[in-house]
Amino acid sequence: MITYIFLFQSHITTKTAHTSSQVSDHEQKQKDSPRSLTMSGHVGFESLPDQLVNRSIQQGFCFNILCVGETGIGKSTLIDTLFNTNFEDHESSHFYPHVRLKAQTYELQESNVRLKLTIVNTVGFGDQINKEESYQPIVDYIDAQFEAYLQEELKIKRSLFNYHDSRVHVCLYFISPTGHSLKTLDLLTMKSLDSKVNIIPVIAKADAISKTELQKFKIKLMSELVSNGVQIYQFPTDDETIAKINASMNGHLPFAVVGSMDEVKVGNKMVKARQYPWGVVQVENENHCDFVKLREMLICTNMEDLRDQTHTRHYELYRRRKLEEMGFMDVGPENQPLSLQETYEAKRHEFYGERQRKEEEMKQLFVQRVKEKEAILKEAEREASAKFEHLKRVHQEEKLRLEEKRRLLEEEIMAFSKKKATSEIYQNQTFMTPGSNLRKDKDRKKEPGYRLELLCFDVRACETIGGRKDAEEAPILCKTKVPDHRRSSQAKAIKMISNAQPLEGGSRRAGESSQAGSLASRARPVLQR
Amino acid sequence: MDPLRHSPSPSSSRASSPRTLSCERLGYVGIEAVLDQLKIKAMKMGFEFNIMVVGQSGLGKSTMVNTLFKSKIWKSTMPGLRVPMPQTLQLHSVTHVIEENGVKLKLTVTDTPGFGDQINNDKCWDPILGYINEQYERYLQEEILITRQRHIPDTRVHCCIYFVPPTGHCLRPLDLEFLQRLCRAVNVVPVIARADSLTIEEREAFRHRIQDDLKTHSIEVYPQKSFDEDVNDKILNSKIRERIPFAVVGADREHMVNGRCVLGRKMKWGIIEVENMAHCEFPLLRDLLIRSHLQDLKDITHNVHYENYRIIRLKESHALPQGPGWVNLAPAPPPAPTGTRASPGPAKMCRWAEDNSDEDF
Repeated sequence: MITYIFLFQSHITTKTAHTSSQVSDHEQKQKDSPRSLTMSGHVGFESLPDQLVNRSIQQGFCFNILCVGETGIGKSTLIDTLFNTNFEDHESSHFYPHVRLKAQTYELQESNVRLKLTIVNTVGFGDQINKEESYQPIVDYIDAQFEAYLQEELKIKRSLFNYHDSRVHVCLYFISPTGHSLKTLDLLTMKSLDSKVNIIPVIAKADAISKTELQKFKIKLMSELVSNGVQIYQFPTDDETIAKINASMNGHLPFAVVGSMDEVKVGNKMVKARQYPWGVVQVENENHCDFVKLREMLICTNMEDLRDQTHTRHYELYRRRKLEEMGFMDVGPENQPLSLQETYEAKRHEFYGERQRKEEEMKQLFVQRVKEKEAILKEAEREASAKFEHLKRVHQEEKLRLEEKRRLLEEEIMAFSKKKATSEIYQNQTFMTPGSNLRKDKDRKKEPGYRLELLCFDVRACETIGGRKDAEEAPILCKTKVPDHRRSSQAKAIKMISNAQPLEGGSRRAGESSQAGSLASRARPVLQR
Repeated sequence: MDPLRHSPSPSSSRASSPRTLSCERLGYVGIEAVLDQLKIKAMKMGFEFNIMVVGQSGLGKSTMVNTLFKSKIWKSTMPGLRVPMPQTLQLHSVTHVIEENGVKLKLTVTDTPGFGDQINNDKCWDPILGYINEQYERYLQEEILITRQRHIPDTRVHCCIYFVPPTGHCLRPLDLEFLQRLCRAVNVVPVIARADSLTIEEREAFRHRIQDDLKTHSIEVYPQKSFDEDVNDKILNSKIRERIPFAVVGADREHMVNGRCVLGRKMKWGIIEVENMAHCEFPLLRDLLIRSHLQDLKDITHNVHYENYRIIRLKESHALPQGPGWVNLAPAPPPAPTGTRASPGPAKMCRWAEDNSDEDF
């Protein structure tokens, strides 16, 4: 398909050369102002404006109003009065932490004109203690609507004639009727909004100011606005039909308005008014307030101009700024006209190149990190294995040592069991000698209870250490058998003790005998056990 | 009305669905005054209309244009004058500002002498398509500028009148080819030229045959069926569709008939009054073009044809060089495919491709 296109290009170059010259002639002719012709009869295109109007009726109109003002200043009431309908009932609270914007869309119809009206209210404006962030949400909202339209316009497949235009066409700024001057918040807000939207300032609750005060207030307000460079919307005076009325209205700005949906009987008519003990403020009475003027200017005379200004001035400004911010220009480096397309393509290439480079970088970084991690892990592995080896060795050594110990112990055990065996044999042998009995008894006395076996051990020990002594001291021969001689050995033990303690003093013999008696009594239960 | 689009916003704003409020009005609001405002604005700015006439020489194109706008837009070529036959297709454009009752109209008429006059008329529609696309391109370039003008000058062709020679048989291959291509790029209104050579019955038969031909080849001429918005449009447009193509006669000479001064052609056997519905259908054409559907022509050009061009252009811009005379070669497919379309459509495209490849080698 693409090759086909190029072939086509070459084929028609000869023809285009000719037509381009023709076209340039055509351009030339267009550059000279076109000649006007007089017609000899009625053609009929005077119905063109009607055709246009019919089409607009079919499509319907769209109008978006933004109301900025403190809570309770009468924004909703004024809108209700302007459009003669009760839009919303509830009052908003004063306690919102931030300023929010609430947008609601209504479809109104009057005779055959359909109007899609969007009212955007600022909720919580001026209620906070710290009002620094008050106007930012409003600016953001307006920008967001422009952005949405711009996005739709830049789409490839777009449907602009179907698009619900949500850009704010007019901003009604409500000034509270203090009678002195503009508040700082008002000034700041209007200054930040004046390049984005058409601002019409109104003095709300104008029934609180007297006529003379009102004049002074208006003059003061306008001078303040002018001296601070705030550009409010001026009604257009270039078309003769409405120039006069617009010019006079411009002098009445800002409009002092009163809103009310309540009806009061005045004379023999029911009019919209506010009833006070001292009188009735009629909303549609030009002497009482400027409501009628506002309605005239806003809706009847200049609605179309407001929309036009929004589209051709504010929106274009936003668009230009936004596109320049994104880097698009109309004129390239050598003053060659750049197309949006080329710039876009260039940017896209740049972006892709950048992205690829970043991807490469990240890949390399990733690889590097992986390598590092691998090295660390290897190191750790090596250390771990070294440790393991070490531990293994230690364990081996430990094991050997324990083996050694065990062997020793086993040897000891064996030796000991041998000794035990021999001692038993020896014991049986020594049972023939009384001394040994006594010795046994003595030991029995010494350690009562189940240490009878031990006594045998001790016998040997006593023998070795002090046993001979005992043997020498009490050379009593024992002739009885083993079981019997136990009992008898008791008696002999008693005798033994009494004999054994000669060194301690002969005087104590009496006591000793009692001691011996106690001992014997003590020994007895041992034996019985 | 279309469903409401929820407008986005950084703070939590809700766009609730539109409530249609009841029509009990307590008083006057004044919304309908916006219509007057529109009118005032439109009259101040003036209107633009670009029309193109295509047809073989001698079919009365220049005369027709003069008759339509009741002024000497073109100097009509009289037979007998030695005007050299143009060798290639040329495009002449002329711009006039005409005013009627305060309404200013900037009219641009583009003529195409040399169309279909050669022996080999192959691809004689290319310069025309190139011209149309060039106007779209110009508008597009203006539209995507950063700092753009308040009112972009509109040179796009809003309507193309195609003159069918009164053979009385059916559409010729040249006609078919041309109509097929152009219908997708611009609003085409075919007319039977020089209808004074056909009797009423012949005229009707010719008209029916042409309508059948158009249907067979799924050529959608203006008013296009697929762009009818609502019932009223459908009714109105179907009446017009029954009478397309109009059998017209053009004349810029005045004659006296029954004491009235009328535009007409004086023949030996009578005077053909141009504005008489019994004689020819010129009033219908004039009403369609100027009195009732002019705005519609402009709207369809802007909303449909221009958007199609823009879509194709923006999609393919990095593959193609931008230049004048670039022909729209990837036309948008017709919106309502009918059963009969399947066979001739692709065959035609293939044949076209083949032709080109032949010529290349």
